[in-house]
Amino acid sequence: MLSIKNLHVKLEEEDKQILKGVDLEVEAGKVHAIMGPNGSGKSTLSYVLSGKDGYEVTDGSATLEGEDLLDLEPEERAAAGLFLAFQYPVEIPGVGNMTFLRTAVNAQRKARGEEEMSAADFLKVIRAKAKDLKIDADMLKRPVNMGFSGGEKKRNEILQMAMLEPKMCILDETDSGLDVDAMKLVAEGVNALRTEGRGFLVITHYQRLLDHIKPDVVHIMSDGRIIKTGGPELALEVENNGYADILAEVA
Amino acid sequence: MAEAKLQETPTEAMIARQSMPQGGWAQAAREDALARLRTMGLPQRRDEYWKFTRPDTLTQAEPLPAAVFDHGDAPLFDDTERLRIVFVDGAFDAEASDDLSLEGVSIERLATATTDLHWARDLYGTLEKAGQSPVVRPLAALNTAFATDGVLIHVTGKPSKPINLVYQHKSETSDAMLHHVVKLDAGAEVTLLENGPAAARFNTVMEVDVADTARFHHVRAQGRDHERRAATHVFTRLGTESLFKSFTVTVNGAMTRNECVIELTGDDASAHVAGACVGDGDFHHDDTVFITHDAVNCESRQVFKKVLRNGATGVFQGKILVKEGAQKTDGYQISQSLLLDGDSQFLAKPELEIYADDVACSHGSTSGAIDEEALFYLRARGVSHAEATDLLTLAFLAEAVEEIEAEGLREEITGRLSAWLERRSA
Repeated sequence: MLSIKNLHVKLEEEDKQILKGVDLEVEAGKVHAIMGPNGSGKSTLSYVLSGKDGYEVTDGSATLEGEDLLDLEPEERAAAGLFLAFQYPVEIPGVGNMTFLRTAVNAQRKARGEEEMSAADFLKVIRAKAKDLKIDADMLKRPVNMGFSGGEKKRNEILQMAMLEPKMCILDETDSGLDVDAMKLVAEGVNALRTEGRGFLVITHYQRLLDHIKPDVVHIMSDGRIIKTGGPELALEVENNGYADILAEVA
Repeated sequence: MAEAKLQETPTEAMIARQSMPQGGWAQAAREDALARLRTMGLPQRRDEYWKFTRPDTLTQAEPLPAAVFDHGDAPLFDDTERLRIVFVDGAFDAEASDDLSLEGVSIERLATATTDLHWARDLYGTLEKAGQSPVVRPLAALNTAFATDGVLIHVTGKPSKPINLVYQHKSETSDAMLHHVVKLDAGAEVTLLENGPAAARFNTVMEVDVADTARFHHVRAQGRDHERRAATHVFTRLGTESLFKSFTVTVNGAMTRNECVIELTGDDASAHVAGACVGDGDFHHDDTVFITHDAVNCESRQVFKKVLRNGATGVFQGKILVKEGAQKTDGYQISQSLLLDGDSQFLAKPELEIYADDVACSHGSTSGAIDEEALFYLRARGVSHAEATDLLTLAFLAEAVEEIEAEGLREEITGRLSAWLERRSA
């Protein structure tokens, strides 16, 4: 599904290498987790994959089902089936959440040569999905993420994911700023989307999210590289011993 | 020295080109305005009040020609049941206009109202004259003196539909001057719509007298001809517990100067004036507002939003004057521009002058580019760069558009703005 090979990335503004050769394969139907200390390059990886400005790929490749992602505009990557749940969802005054979602759904459909969703159909679908995530009508009407609590913002991300039905979902620190109840709700939303055809890359600093979204594979990232890969037990090791042991082990 | 005498001033050149309609009840007011105009002279580049806007094309005797632009869209406000009064290059078009009778209001034309309408005689040129201090507005005096036509609207009740002044532009060299007076009796309520490019050069004055508890709604769309030039003035006086709401959308146009002069004279009155404009390239748009609070517990609100690109210029001059004794005044003013490139500019001069000690006034003015974070967020969800830019642009304009009270009109304006933006970026 998602294939990253020897990815090297530096910041455009300053001559600073962030990713120093990342190799990663996420298969359809699998949940991969990336853990790592702050500053290891986890979020950079998510931004580079989704096409944010400010990063320069100096070597390597990233493909989604064989299609070169790095050559595409952010909206083309989205239409190709890539989704990033933001660590910090952006507030957009003046744009209604519902309008935003409908515009996004139809833009992707159009880009894929599919028919646009009618207003009535859209309303029916979004109401059902919003209900599962305990997102009320008021949150749908309000401007995108404006005045949303941390938990509401993250639930709104998952709602977008549910509406857009991407092939490959990247969740960037989705647990940050969430209490246990909110995290459970978000995790349920994610788990409901786990299907055979869909891949997940869950970026997290802490293990606790992985209690709720059970990963198939866990990677440890440090200093721009994946330094260790293992099963779910690797996350527990981090939880119990911190990153220091693993870093020392591979050093 | 003899040579200097022969040199005609721009003001006299302009006056020489006009002919004052003779006789009738407005004659005295016209003569008075002409004397005013001669004393103050037309605006010049060095005038402080015209610091950001070159008055030349509005004051030169011969107007510059303006190509007639066929946008091919259905007329604005078509979705709204309304009474249409059509002017073509400033000349009334009876064929295209509806019958002027409507319950709750009496409508006459300035050019044909020969019988002495006492209320109109009392109002014609009166608010304009009062609005000449402390800052002069010579183009308004010019208009009072020489306007060839306009409508006289006396609102006695609550007419069932809006009155729509439609300004069509068919001649490339037309120079039109219309003067409207509107009087709302106590408790009356009316919505006045204006739309269309009107002429190559268009000068309008509207004087609105809003009596106690009356409500006036004004929604204006300045026509989209690229080369048109316009100087407009709205003068209003508000009685106790009355409401005045004016919104203007401007797209295209080489030169626009919209002045709005509001005087809150009765307690508990409310005045809102708002503008949304979208300028591309050879576009200069100036909103100049002067609000005087001269009563207790009044509210005023100014919301101006400008989207500028390809070298377009936006200007905002807004002043709130709170007179001594105008306690509990609530004044709000915001002017913002969205600069879509580095070539465009926004010039703002917000002013507060307060002589009462128990007031809440705030003002803010900002210039900024499109929010890159928001743009990326939208694109990451599959919305194209162009569509995302339009969505954010429309969102930026929304605060001004929301000042329109009637939902149907608000939606129609939003729909138009959205379609214009979409087409432009397509």
